Order: sequence, then structure tokens, then C-alpha cells
Amino acid sequence: MKIKRTVLLISSALLFFNCSFAQDKPVKKTTSHTATPTTSVARGKIVYTSICLACHMADGAGVPTMNPPLIKTSYVLGDKATLIKIVLNGFKEDVEINGQKYSNNMTPHSDLKDQEIADVLTYVRKSFGNKASSITVADVKKIRAANVVTK
Amino acid sequence: MKKMMILLLPVYAIIGLIVFNACKNAGDPANSRTAPAGLTLPAGFNAVAIAEHLGSARHLVVTPENDIYVHLANAKGGKGIIVLHVDGDKATVKTSFASFGGTGIAIKNGYLYASNDREVYRFKLNDKNEVTNPDQPEKIVTGLVSRRMHEPKALCLDNDSNIYVNIGAYSNICSDYDKDKKGCPVLDSAAGIWQFKADKPNQTYGDGIRYASGLRNVVGLAWNQEDNQLFVMQHGRDALHDLFPNLYTTRQSADLPAECMFALKKGDNAGWPYVYYDWMQQKNMLGPEYGGDGKKTADPKFINPVAAYPGHFAPDGLLFYTGNQFPEKYKNGAFIAFHGSWNRAPEPQAGYCVVFQPFKNGMPDGKWEVFADGFAGGAAKTSPGGAEHRPCGLAQGPDGSLYVTDDQKGSIYKITYSK
Repeated sequence: MKIKRTVLLISSALLFFNCSFAQDKPVKKTTSHTATPTTSVARGKIVYTSICLACHMADGAGVPTMNPPLIKTSYVLGDKATLIKIVLNGFKEDVEINGQKYSNNMTPHSDLKDQEIADVLTYVRKSFGNKASSITVADVKKIRAANVVTK
Repeated sequence: MKKMMILLLPVYAIIGLIVFNACKNAGDPANSRTAPAGLTLPAGFNAVAIAEHLGSARHLVVTPENDIYVHLANAKGGKGIIVLHVDGDKATVKTSFASFGGTGIAIKNGYLYASNDREVYRFKLNDKNEVTNPDQPEKIVTGLVSRRMHEPKALCLDNDSNIYVNIGAYSNICSDYDKDKKGCPVLDSAAGIWQFKADKPNQTYGDGIRYASGLRNVVGLAWNQEDNQLFVMQHGRDALHDLFPNLYTTRQSADLPAECMFALKKGDNAGWPYVYYDWMQQKNMLGPEYGGDGKKTADPKFINPVAAYPGHFAPDGLLFYTGNQFPEKYKNGAFIAFHGSWNRAPEPQAGYCVVFQPFKNGMPDGKWEVFADGFAGGAAKTSPGGAEHRPCGLAQGPDGSLYVTDDQKGSIYKITYSK
């Protein structure tokens, strides 16, 4: 899959564009259910449905010109650290995927717990036709600790 | 509040069903037909795809000589405007020109006007409405704001040598730019309609007038010749539920706010980002970012729409029908091309149709109805990525035929009527 980078700074991982609703205080939504699923993928699907689906759509196809797809892009399948950083810091640059440009801003989701980020990224990396490795709580913890938020 | 919402749930469910079905059937099935182009239309109407695969076909105009100028969002082979000639049910590409893609295009007083995301140009036309000097347009407006969101500069002209240009807000609801709620600075250079002189070169903000403010984004706009007034279709805000899950359900967030038709006068303020219109309560509401809760109404200084449509349908084309081909009820009424939603998930997406809004004495009169449907290609395909076609621009031919563009696959439909 051909991916052209339009921005060097944040080069991969294009997850969870919360469209252009970037606001000062991301709203924390409850994702608690009476019976928490035991697998990361199942828990991740709950987070995805609550936080990501409105923009990236149930099938991960995104919205042309606005919200990028999560299907077999190197942003999703590639480097874990950059993917995690996009969830933590949001994304405000134009990207081009397969000749289609996407420009909506994604709000930061640093309010999500390490477990929630690990679950939702694992879900995304194993759904929509994607077959990539899991992301662990330890992965998220490490990136969050080293993460420098640039505003 | 919670109890109230629970009590209202069945109401929302019913409204939801109505909305969901709104763009699936063009009125009474017994009184409608599916045309060869796959579109469903009222009885007596026919639709033919006269061109396909043109590119991202946005707005268009048709000349008295049956030539079409269609503007592509993205220039194809370095050309942003395609010229076709229509002969009955067929259109042949004559040529293409203009080094820029864009949405806005209009013909007035011997000129073809066209915009990109920052500028407006005009090309001189000869007496056959052909562009005489395609490589040397005159730059009329320059330096307009374009910041990665709502960039297209849709335009129209009045009868007094003025051009009206939409400058869309580069933000959903201004939260990023108005954190202290002191007033949204986006309004200084965007989120409104600016008026410029149609014949003066190189104008920018200082030369123009902010004709109307508080309009988040307008793509469909038209001058109503009956009452000599500008009408616009606003794309309403997104994400009421995502940003305020405690105030709005996903169902409410799909249906609200309304997509609004405004009849504008100079100096009007439609209220973005402070207010939104609730088509169920039929009221201008105070936005939740500014203290609203879904029940508090807005300051009456903001104008009300003259007609309202379900949330997120994305009105991209507006045309007042002045032809004689269609039945009498269509005369001077408005056609609206709804590009189709994306911000209704997890509810099904909707829109993707052309609506007719009856008018009387230059104002909306009566309920809107779906006129042409089936662009998406079925319920399963009704999504921004999955839709086969998405309606965008509207134009009227010299014989009163209605033309509709599709920017997904680059089709142009010609809709005709015969008894």
C-alpha cells in the first residue's frame, strides 16, 4: 500500500482522528460495562465504539477527504510508538493515503488509560482486515512516560 | 433530564425512522419510478447520466447554447474546468481549461466566474458563451482564508454587479480558538458570506463587505430572482454527542442540529458557533459550548432559518427552478443537493439525495420532499466512502432540464420531465 507522507514531524500512525472537534478538554466517556470482556480485542472494540467510531466509522473506512481509514495503512500496521503517540497527542496535519488527502484534526486522547489505549490499538491492528501484533500496556506506559507534548 | 430523555426515546425513534427513510424513497413508491441512471424520481421524470468519470465534479453551469462548464475539486491533467456540449441524452467533452480546481462557478453578464480555495477568477465569454481567453483569467478576489477545513469558496452573483463568496469556518465549533469564551476569532475572516464587486480586480478582505456572519459553512447558495435576495444552505455543526455525551444521545447527535436554509439580508448573523437550530423543537438553541443544555434557547438577535432539514445531510447545491419544463408546482421552488452525511454514526448515514422545497412568493412554503434518490446505490452503500455517487452541484438547462453533478464518480445527470 503506497503511502506518501506530507508531513515529516509525525510520520506514521494515523489513528483516532477525532475529526475536527479538538477542544480544550477532551470529554471522558464511560466505557465501563458490567462484565468486562477478557480479551484485549473485545475490550478494545468497546473503546473504539465509544471514542473512535464516529469519525473512523464502524468498518474503519474513515471518511474521504476528512478522516483517514484504518484499513491496512502503514500508519496502523507500522511503528507502534508513533501510533501510540497519535492517540496521546492527537494529529493536526494533512496526510495522503492512496492518492486521497485527509485533513480533519484529531483531538488528543491522553485521558484514556494505558489499558484502554493498548486495547483499542490492539483491536484496530487486528480488525478491518488488519493482521498486526498486539500493543501492550507496557508499550503504552513506556511511550507515555517519554512523551513530550508539543502544543 | 434523564427521565425526560427516556420518556422521549420513542419519539426520537419514530423521528429517526422517518429521517432514515427520508432519502430512500422518493415519495409514494406507486407514484415514482426508477430511471435508467438508477435514480428514483417522481412519476413523469427521467434521469440519464450524460457524462461519467469526469473527476470530482462540483458545481456547474449550463449555457443557453447547451454547453456545460463543470468545476472539478481537483484539477485533472492540470485543468480544473471541463466544457461539455449536451445533445439530448448525450454530452461530449469539448475542452478543458483553468489551472485550478475548486467548487464555485457561475455565469453573469458575459463572464464565467470560478473560484479555488483562496481566490475568485473570471473569464470573458463571447456571444456564444464560450471562453475566449482560457489561459488569462482576471483575478477578482484574492487572499481568502483556507485552513484545511471548509475550504471551498462557493459563490453566486446578484443583479447589481456584486459577487457573494462563502468563506467557511476552519473549525467545527471554534473550541480551539475561543477557549476563554470571549468571542470566536474565526468570525473575523471566515464563517460568513463576503460581498465583493464582480468587476474589480484583486480585491481582498479590505475591499469586500462581510455581508452575513455566523454561518459555519455554506456550499449551496443562490440568488432568488423573485425577491432579489441571497439564500444559503448552512452545514450545521458536528459532534454534539461526542463533545457532550451527557447532554445528547447518539440518536439526537445524528439528527441535530438542522441543516438550515437562510434568507439573508446584509448584516445578518446566523449565530455560529454560539447557536444551533433544533428542527424538532423548531428553535434556535444556545450551543453547549456557550452554556446551552439542549433546552436553553438562543439570543433572538441571531436570525432563524426559513427552512430546516435533518442533521448532517450536507447541502452542497441550491437552485431556484425557473424553467417551464417541470410541472407548475416546481416553478420558483428550490432544489437542494444533499451530499450525504458522515457524522451520524453509529446511526445509519443519510442524505445522498436531491430534495425539492416548495416556495411561494419567494419564501419556503410547505414540507420539503425527496425529489431524486438512489445516488448511493442502496442502503448498504450509504456512507461517504461506500456511496457510488454523491450529489453536489445543480444547474438548469435552457429547456428547463435539471442537471446534477456527482463528485464521487464524476457523473452528470440530466433530469427531464414529460407527461
